[in-house]
Amino acid sequence: MSIGHTLLGLLESGPRHGYDLKRAFDEKFGHDRPLHYGQVYSTMSRLLKNGLVEVDGIEPGGGPERKRYAITDAGVTDVQQWLATPEKPEPYLQSTLYTKVVLALLTHRNAAELLDTQRSEHLRLMRILTDRKRQGDLADQLICDHALFHLEADLRWLELTAARLDRLAEAVTR
Amino acid sequence: MTATATPPAGSLLTAHDLRKAYGPTTALDGASFSIHPGEVVAVMGPSGSGKSTLLHCLAGIVTPDSGSITYSGREMATMNDSQRSALRRSEFGFVFQFGQLVPELTCVENVALPLRLNGTSRKEAERAALTWMERLEVDGLKGKRPGEVSGGQGQRVAVARALVTNPRVLFADEPTGALDSLNGERVMELLTEAARSTNAAVVLVTHEARVAAYSDREVVVRDGKSRDMERIV
Repeated sequence: MSIGHTLLGLLESGPRHGYDLKRAFDEKFGHDRPLHYGQVYSTMSRLLKNGLVEVDGIEPGGGPERKRYAITDAGVTDVQQWLATPEKPEPYLQSTLYTKVVLALLTHRNAAELLDTQRSEHLRLMRILTDRKRQGDLADQLICDHALFHLEADLRWLELTAARLDRLAEAVTR
Repeated sequence: MTATATPPAGSLLTAHDLRKAYGPTTALDGASFSIHPGEVVAVMGPSGSGKSTLLHCLAGIVTPDSGSITYSGREMATMNDSQRSALRRSEFGFVFQFGQLVPELTCVENVALPLRLNGTSRKEAERAALTWMERLEVDGLKGKRPGEVSGGQGQRVAVARALVTNPRVLFADEPTGALDSLNGERVMELLTEAARSTNAAVVLVTHEARVAAYSDREVVVRDGKSRDMERIV
């Protein structure tokens, strides 16, 4: 999963401090792997350097200064591009796909379209494997079958998620 | 039917902005579709999305409330019932999920049936039927009745019957829905090979990705609306 894109997506709803970003990330996506503060700050400096976020304000406090980050137009474009680009089908893709779907819902983009585009990418690879299987020997067939079953499992997940988008939208925007 | 559109160049069967409701239930809500000769297009979507209604409209089995369907340059709405029936008998082939073979007839008689209905002699029809049964690897079952063959074998007999008239469009609605993986796969291999060898277009309704993987492209139907993935991605 791209932490940079996910943090950028979370900034689309309004400027946030690094701490708020970490909390939002952990709440939505970090169920089993919360972000370390170090990861948040190193990611934000990279995004800052690349012009995808800007410092919206600095609040002095007892400890270190607290920067509030805002997404730039280039950042919004970057998130849009990331969401619109299907992932290369591979095993254990769910966390990235889940993140993309939730971010699309949070930022009021078309999550159904994202799922359709991903399904198409999966099917494209399934066609290549099916073709290879037709022309191959038994070993090729078994190897391709293994990959096909994994891709099919992803596709079932995509279908189920598509069917539950309304409920998911309610849950994540609550 | 009111809406019209210029069909994509070279397309054999085109539908534009189809709408169909059954009472208060909307089955199609502006669906469009096109297929070229020799192309295999999967129509995918969840249960109740309207994919089977789309197939039935394309095949002239159901008349849409509005929208246009053009087959080989002819507007379907201008055809009367008997012209549409003739089209279905001679230009279209059908494979469904269940119960398509006549239980009283032998397998070869089942395959020969569409030709017999078109007036072909018994001898000639059964000769053509046997050729197709060989291609579908079920010629050994010619004397058996559908109740005596397995599900996979029966489905291959049904595919042979759908192709025996050399249709230009084959409509397959969940053709492997009742089969296990291996049998389903073999049916799809034989079906697509046979269709490609005769340059028939195949409209393949399925909810199974492994079946859709035998297609050239997919159209997704959701809530009665279609999305042609190739023209978007």
